[in-house]
Amino acid sequence: MGDGTRAMKVQSDKYTEFVSRGLGKDLAKRLGLPQPAVLRRYEPGAPLVQGPVLVLGHSEGADAVAAVLLGWDQDVRRHATPKERLGAVVLVLDELAHPDQLSAPLREAGSSLRDLARNARVVSISRPALAEDSPEVAAARQGIDGIMRSLAKELRGGSTANGVLLANDIAADSPSAMSALRFFLSARSAFVDGQFLTAYATGEPVGQGTAESREAAEADWGQPLNGRVAVVTGAARGIGAAIARTLARDGAKVIAVDVPAAGDHLAQVANEVRGTALQLDVTATEAGGRILDHAAQRHGRLDIVVHNAGITRDKLLANMDSGRWDSVVAVNIASQLRMNQAFLASSHFASHPRIISVASTSGIAGNRGQTNYAASKAGVIGMVRATAPLLSGRGGTVNAVAPGFIETDMTAKIPFATREVARRLNSLQQGGKPEDVAEAVAYFAQAAAAGVTANILRVCGQNLVGQ
Amino acid sequence: MNATTTPASGVRKAVVVGGNRIPFARAGGAYAHSSNQDMLTAALDGLVARFGLQDETIGEVAAGAVLKHSRDFNLTREAVLGSALSATTPAYDLQQACATGMEAVIGLSNKIKLGQLDSAIAGGVDSASDAPIAVSEGLRAILLDLNRAKTTVDKVRILARIRPKDLSPDAPSTGEPRTGLSMGEHQALTTAQWKISRLAQDELALASHKNLAAAYDRHFFDDLITPYRGLSRDSNLRADSTMEKLSTLKPVFGRNLGEAATMTAGNSTPLTDGASTVLLASEDWAAAHELPMLANVVDGEAGAVDFVHGKDGLLMAPAFAVPRLLARNGLTLADIDYFEIHEAFAGTVLSTLAAWEDEDFGKTRLGLDGAFGSVDRDKLNVNGSSLAAGHPFAATGGRLVATLAKMLHERGHVDGRPARGLISVCAAGGQGVVALLEAR
Repeated sequence: MGDGTRAMKVQSDKYTEFVSRGLGKDLAKRLGLPQPAVLRRYEPGAPLVQGPVLVLGHSEGADAVAAVLLGWDQDVRRHATPKERLGAVVLVLDELAHPDQLSAPLREAGSSLRDLARNARVVSISRPALAEDSPEVAAARQGIDGIMRSLAKELRGGSTANGVLLANDIAADSPSAMSALRFFLSARSAFVDGQFLTAYATGEPVGQGTAESREAAEADWGQPLNGRVAVVTGAARGIGAAIARTLARDGAKVIAVDVPAAGDHLAQVANEVRGTALQLDVTATEAGGRILDHAAQRHGRLDIVVHNAGITRDKLLANMDSGRWDSVVAVNIASQLRMNQAFLASSHFASHPRIISVASTSGIAGNRGQTNYAASKAGVIGMVRATAPLLSGRGGTVNAVAPGFIETDMTAKIPFATREVARRLNSLQQGGKPEDVAEAVAYFAQAAAAGVTANILRVCGQNLVGQ
Repeated sequence: MNATTTPASGVRKAVVVGGNRIPFARAGGAYAHSSNQDMLTAALDGLVARFGLQDETIGEVAAGAVLKHSRDFNLTREAVLGSALSATTPAYDLQQACATGMEAVIGLSNKIKLGQLDSAIAGGVDSASDAPIAVSEGLRAILLDLNRAKTTVDKVRILARIRPKDLSPDAPSTGEPRTGLSMGEHQALTTAQWKISRLAQDELALASHKNLAAAYDRHFFDDLITPYRGLSRDSNLRADSTMEKLSTLKPVFGRNLGEAATMTAGNSTPLTDGASTVLLASEDWAAAHELPMLANVVDGEAGAVDFVHGKDGLLMAPAFAVPRLLARNGLTLADIDYFEIHEAFAGTVLSTLAAWEDEDFGKTRLGLDGAFGSVDRDKLNVNGSSLAAGHPFAATGGRLVATLAKMLHERGHVDGRPARGLISVCAAGGQGVVALLEAR
């Protein structure tokens, strides 16, 4: 198909390649230089975890989670076996009552950390601390937050630490919580580190249950978006193109949207993912309606909306003009609000719909020269939280991913030294790939993530700034 | 008269699903280093992307180019093989000068109507930048002899026949082989014959630019064009053109006519590069693929004039073909809601309109009781035409059909019957191809 399959021109991280083997590895070690690992990324058919999974915790929930892992054909351990290379440690702490109860399970986990394989996973399953909890319970629950964010900074070799939070008293092995566990265990979450996903509702079981249904379930995990219709804005290049490819790989029919001026790249992406190209300015008042018309005409439905289109017009606030401010707000947040109104009013967007917005770490931690951009991206976060109740009625969810430093055409334009520093300022000591953001988006789109809503998931390798 | 225009026989309908073209570029500009195959492939890939036709086997793809390299003997098939369509899609080249794209649409539509095809893509491409340049006739004869020579002595003897004059290349021209006159010089004679004023020509050119610019501004072309090589609008478009600017241009054609010289670079189309495609289908195929149906291709008609010996101008064939087409369908000019009359030159359009309004022409040449009729100027080229967009010869037909089909679909019904549109394209050799479309 011509040069439709050509790879994106992304700056390769030569440093990571250099220090990952041979002389470079030795040199970096002696000089105490950062030694970023080559991260394992998702490939269909590859094992979920590379090695046995150690499940720690003594609650009923821990037993139930271990059973789910067995159902996923994982090699499950309930006690640490010294000198065995572990693929993952799952800490189930769903019945904490006092911070004193953290000591035993965490030290047990700690004694296993030296046995972790490269690209291993540590995942906690606990409950969020709430204002109505007793002070003791809240202290214990909030303690997990500090533990996992610290542990994420201690792990090396591409290993990550993340947590699942069980809201509304749902069981530890609820399908929604298990979808989040599976995402964190898998290579899909390669660049997600020190983060939490909150499951608010039980959700429908997927990939569990009887042995007869297990084969079908495995197929579901391989093609979790089969038969779903997705629209991706800003799909002509970079993160948007990666999202289109990832959703298509997971089985979705993709409608690729971008401004008419980007139409040639958009056509290449659409042809590559066997989808359709829709040239459209998302700031146009009829944008939502045109997307719905296209989806209804070609597929009879719309299931997944990915708001990825975004622009930057950086300037210090003191020098900001209305053109820069207004265009960023118009594209990055006002368009999403207007389109969501159209989608929510449509009968074609009614079957377990999913909205996933691309926010930014700038919207969380702020960034010099980006008051306009941060306003729009923080605005996205506010919008997501307030939209969640509007979608829950029809079994829908809305979430956001907040990318940190991602290697794209845009970040390739950053001067070399600045870029090199920006890359290393996270626990994984490297920039992420557009695919890493796309994997998180694709996760939120899964049927299995039905109870996972109103989340803002950072895909930043645990960047040093912000939460 | 029937409420809807259907062919007399019981054949099924051929519908226009949609189209795609790349922006047209003035020769030597953005596409200076793009070949016909590059541009046609890009136009096809954009069409495939718009309608999700990846790996689809289309019934037939027919397209062509007027300026064509001899190596491109299978241009359309090669473009299909390089596109995202299934490699099992058959394709063929055709050529009828500037009417190439129109003839592709009509021919494929007829096959669909007869049930020979369920789907088809009509197209056209031309590059005036990447035009073939041949060696001189003298050098060609020598090289062919050289190829046939067996001994070294013979080869040296043949090579010694080369003279400096043999080395000058032979570039293609827009001149008519039988008259030696360029198309512009021919039209200049016709323009003078019909006494078309400079002012009228400049007004038509200005309207073309204004209408095309307005169509872009209201995003009319968002689903008709896919950008190519950094261009997202036709590079010949001058949205800020004015009568003052147009009036300052000096005549470039018919300069020997003195005062009657009225044709400038502003009211003539420039040499242009570009490609266009149109997706055609049966109603069943379009419905099965959940694709839109914009318009029916109702009927088509070709015509030709004896411009060498007769009194008709080179580009006047449509003046005869349109009356025949409309009569066959029981229609008059008053029954048409949109006219797309290809602006080879402003003078071409205005001469054609003048002929239709001329009582003597109607009686003596068309065999009517009086003048054929008038075209309501508010219905003429309402989204601009070739004077603004440019005219990559074989690509113009596809541009016109896709544009008109979308306009008709948006218009819907007029007085309780589907909106009707007429396309008229003149071509070298004194030819013309016209077609009738109807909204769905």
